[in-house]
Amino acid sequence: MDVRTVADYMNSGETPDILFWVGCAGSFDQRSQKITRAFATILNKVGLKYAILGKEEACTGDPARRAGNEFLFQMMAYNNIQVLNGYGIKKIVTTCPHCFNTLKNEYPALGGNYEVIHHTTLLQELINEGKIRLKEGGAFKGKRITFHDSCYLGRANDIYEAPRKVLEALDGELVEMKRCRSNGLCCGAGGAQMFKEDEPGKTRINTDRANEALATGAKVIASSCPFCNTMMTDGVKLDEKEEEVKVYDIAEMIAESMN
Amino acid sequence: MHIIQEAAFIVVLAVAIILFSKKSRQIYRNIMLGRPEPLNDQPEKRWRNLLLLAFGQKKMFRNPLVAVLHFVVYAGFIIINAEVLEILLDGILGKHRLFAEPLGGFYNVLINSFEILAAGVLLACAIFLVRRNLVKVKRLNHSDLTGWPRSDANYILITEIVLMTLFLTMNAADTLLQQRGYSHYGEAVTGNFRVSALFQPMLAGLSSGTLEGIERTCWWLHILGILAFLNYLPYSKHLHIVLAFPNAWFARLKPMGEMHNMPEVQKEVLYMMQPELAPPADQAPAEMPRFGARDVMDLSWKNVLDAYSCTECGRCTAACPANITGKKLSPRKIMMDTRDRAEAIGENINANGEYKDDGKSLVHDYITEEELRACTTCNACVQECPVSISPLDIILQLRRHLVMEASSAPAEWNGMFSNIENNFAPWKFSPDDRDRWISEN
Repeated sequence: MDVRTVADYMNSGETPDILFWVGCAGSFDQRSQKITRAFATILNKVGLKYAILGKEEACTGDPARRAGNEFLFQMMAYNNIQVLNGYGIKKIVTTCPHCFNTLKNEYPALGGNYEVIHHTTLLQELINEGKIRLKEGGAFKGKRITFHDSCYLGRANDIYEAPRKVLEALDGELVEMKRCRSNGLCCGAGGAQMFKEDEPGKTRINTDRANEALATGAKVIASSCPFCNTMMTDGVKLDEKEEEVKVYDIAEMIAESMN
Repeated sequence: MHIIQEAAFIVVLAVAIILFSKKSRQIYRNIMLGRPEPLNDQPEKRWRNLLLLAFGQKKMFRNPLVAVLHFVVYAGFIIINAEVLEILLDGILGKHRLFAEPLGGFYNVLINSFEILAAGVLLACAIFLVRRNLVKVKRLNHSDLTGWPRSDANYILITEIVLMTLFLTMNAADTLLQQRGYSHYGEAVTGNFRVSALFQPMLAGLSSGTLEGIERTCWWLHILGILAFLNYLPYSKHLHIVLAFPNAWFARLKPMGEMHNMPEVQKEVLYMMQPELAPPADQAPAEMPRFGARDVMDLSWKNVLDAYSCTECGRCTAACPANITGKKLSPRKIMMDTRDRAEAIGENINANGEYKDDGKSLVHDYITEEELRACTTCNACVQECPVSISPLDIILQLRRHLVMEASSAPAEWNGMFSNIENNFAPWKFSPDDRDRWISEN
């Protein structure tokens, strides 16, 4: 797969138009790597001049900050901002709503000012501009799809429409869960919960949410966050529905349906 | 007789006002125990929030039926208070229906609309009592409310029903006496009013003297009830009728996902990375700043205002993924605990002149680590709150204290921290493999 780093661009005297911030999940988690590759495939197809940081990328510090470790967050932010500013990065796209939120809302106070967009917003723009052309009768045509809102995209940043607009372009039957948009139920991963066991309780949050998604009768649960994707996949597995119901990131669905 | 009533009224009114202002000053002082935080920028957005969220109760309309009922009670409360102005002046001046003559026909329009609203308030409060005690709406019967909070809610609703009934009965007796041309009631003839006219048949058989007694008793109980209620407010969840307004004005205007920066930590890290920028040791500040919040004084004043504005409706807790799945965390309880602790500190100051360490703190003695650790920071509680409260803001500050000052974190989190520090990712992967996704498939 042909993916260039910012350093590659610099070496050939060029500058990329946009930085693709891959994020830790997208870089290391096997399931999320597929999302990363799908999104890079789309960017390659539309011929966007994008770059990644590669080995120079590091955790934004989001889970550390939300767990309460401000020192670690500030250290990660300091180093990342040094790298980003050093390369003169202006615009960033990311497939992770947590990275998106931190880069967009929390780095400016620390001297990191960039135009940051989430990949669903970029996909919507590319579809609107006609740069992404979708197959007639693609894999999701007529399929029942439900979209799970990520907290850090939705409530945290008020982005509800872009992912839905992208899904509409796939010509499926979009059905909403009982709790959607600003009422959406969390998948259970945020606030550094991803990295520890649940506190004692009756059920797990992701099983509750997966059950709600399954109750819509959807065959595809669409997500826009690698952590939501993991949580929903686990929830569907627990119900032994993983054969009939698939959990995909919106980028994977578009990559699959592109001409 | 008139003079005694007037004098008694003025004394009662003065006592009520003095007591209320004393307690109000204490609450103001308790709120100001919090750290300063400037929240007065962007006035156009703040006016918008004040009008839409506080006056317009925008968030309430996420549940339209309850919103309409609540709006009736709220409108009734505000508008009927215009009638209280007349009652106050009548009481002080020893008059009866002071505004009837100068306002002429408009007076009847006013009283008629007050009466219709009063009937609406009565009905809405009755429905609310049913929702709380018979239908047992889940969020209103949650374990958070065991004991005083549940009684508090019922006392408020019952008081409002009693006040409205007194108001209508008073008008019914008054208008009957007018018809009979009895004493001074025959002088200010207003004619019947819409709702209280329906009460008249029940009273019609009574003698004029008894009716006067009923009218006077209702008048006195009505105004005494209102003054007592005024003084009950500061001890009750019902204080939201006052504080919802400043709380909407001072609401955070940043995106919900943005956490407060900690400039003191930012500086520490900067000096560590670029030691040449650090001030010489003898100029460094002597006092170590607090990292996160352990007690109410470490929170922002807005967090404490939030706590006093909370009306314990539980929309936050009903939307909280942790609470829904049976974890101990309840955002409403976070707010109730913060207010309880602020009150305890306030009483401590009242008794000792200044705060004397009582060996307690908000975290541990009121809010447990288990509660704090269950939060997914999903912002559902912040989204739901009709009066612009952020329980999440408090949770995150307490978490900062636990990790940075008390060094208390679950083992998995400590592992995650060391992975981020050493491998630049929350998992134990080699940073060299960060771009391996390109070649793998």
